[in-house]
Amino acid sequence: MLDRREMMKRVGAGLAFGAISGLNPLKAFAANTVTLPFDNGERPLVKYPQKRVMIGLTSRPPQLETPFSVFNESVITPNDAFFVRYHLADIPLNIDPDTFTIEVKGKVDHPLKLSLKDLKKMKATEIVAVNQCSGNSRGLSNPRVAGGQSGNGAMGNARWRGVPLKAVLDQAGVQTGAKQVVFGGMDGPVSDKTPDFAKALDLDHARDGEVMLAYLMNGRDLPILNGFPVRLVVPGYYGTYWVKHLNEITVIDSVFDNFWMKTAYRIPDNACACVEPGTAPKATVPINKFNVRSFITNVADGAKVRSGGKLLKGIAFDGGTGIKEVAVSIDGGKTWKNARLGRNYGKYSFREWRVPVKLAAGPHELKVRATSNGGQVQPAEATWNPAGYMRNVIETVRVTAA
Amino acid sequence: MTRATLLALASAIGLAGGISAFTLTAAGAKPVNYKLPDETSQFKPGPNLDVVKNNCTACHSADYIQTQPRGPKFKKDFWQAEVNKMIKVYGAPIEEADIGKIVDYLTATY
Repeated sequence: MLDRREMMKRVGAGLAFGAISGLNPLKAFAANTVTLPFDNGERPLVKYPQKRVMIGLTSRPPQLETPFSVFNESVITPNDAFFVRYHLADIPLNIDPDTFTIEVKGKVDHPLKLSLKDLKKMKATEIVAVNQCSGNSRGLSNPRVAGGQSGNGAMGNARWRGVPLKAVLDQAGVQTGAKQVVFGGMDGPVSDKTPDFAKALDLDHARDGEVMLAYLMNGRDLPILNGFPVRLVVPGYYGTYWVKHLNEITVIDSVFDNFWMKTAYRIPDNACACVEPGTAPKATVPINKFNVRSFITNVADGAKVRSGGKLLKGIAFDGGTGIKEVAVSIDGGKTWKNARLGRNYGKYSFREWRVPVKLAAGPHELKVRATSNGGQVQPAEATWNPAGYMRNVIETVRVTAA
Repeated sequence: MTRATLLALASAIGLAGGISAFTLTAAGAKPVNYKLPDETSQFKPGPNLDVVKNNCTACHSADYIQTQPRGPKFKKDFWQAEVNKMIKVYGAPIEEADIGKIVDYLTATY
């Protein structure tokens, strides 16, 4: 049951919206919209259980985007604001954690059935890590491409607690000759003709000690829509691998070639994961690590700001080398000034940054550019690939100071 | 306000009704019964709307179509490719005779 204080909060939130809407929240939420910065970008603001008001992309299966202002609130993205992405509409809505089990099978000496209790008895680890949808920012692709038309809010940073996948695999005893580990969740297709969602990692990656079976997110149970009771956490890798409602782990001695590995979630096989806009790549590989990105979070595009001193702040992250440097320009990229990096929560986390600037009266193009410890720098021009994955262009925020 | 009043008020405004027996404590996960909000997105009126509803809505909501890019490059060829993908990749059981009707609707309407 909800406790009294939580109930008060929810009632309060409901009343606030009720006041705008004539006490019919769901309809009112549908009538309230935001417009993402690309053509056909109007989206309803929607309220789901366990979630605050989010940007609704689709309703069945549910896909929710985090309102960008959330990233200015804290370096950790709250559970109730964390983005939601499903592929297939048969999602588990009734879950009993007491009967839930994860099956570990395939090329192992001791097949296992682990309950949530079993998992919680094992030695736990924690990691702060960004989860980002492969198609985060897809709506900004130019030329546009088919798929979920997200703005920049299909990402989030959380503190995950759980058991290293390595410990589970060691307990099961991986057999000689094993090549990959396949992950399946409780969500599935509506039709048995639709390929069920499953993803695979190479065995060495699966056993790196960082890939985790997470049962807590920011110290609490995962929200249903984020994979309750257990999801795979693959630090530095795109969200497609972070299988939700994880209940099946299969060790195989081949390379997994289902639709979701062999056909979908592929990127051009080159350093930029890009091709000439409008063309097809010759060779592709499965999408893997994040590229480096950064955002200004405390000034929105098109904002009017007071002229004079202004503290700009934001976030940066990459696929796990950590952030070396963040630089900001207030003159459209002609000159750059280094920002001061905030507290380091680990190489997979958002890294906050801030920098004081002086804005003379008039228009300014603010830009932010991150460099990773691995030496990767954000590109000045957006790269392009047919699926609209991995956008990481230097972001520009246009403001007018007066 | 009494707890009963709070509960009544909360369900009256449709917020607390979405989830039962949910706990925010980390100590012990409790069974969760989750209720998704009602679907609000609808197909726009257009030719062959009934065929589209019969074939598309089993697997996904209308906003999957509504939110796709628009413009001259997102007309017949684009929608033909999308419908083909639904059939070939996702196994949508669409009858041959309906394919053209669906593509026509999508091209004319979105």
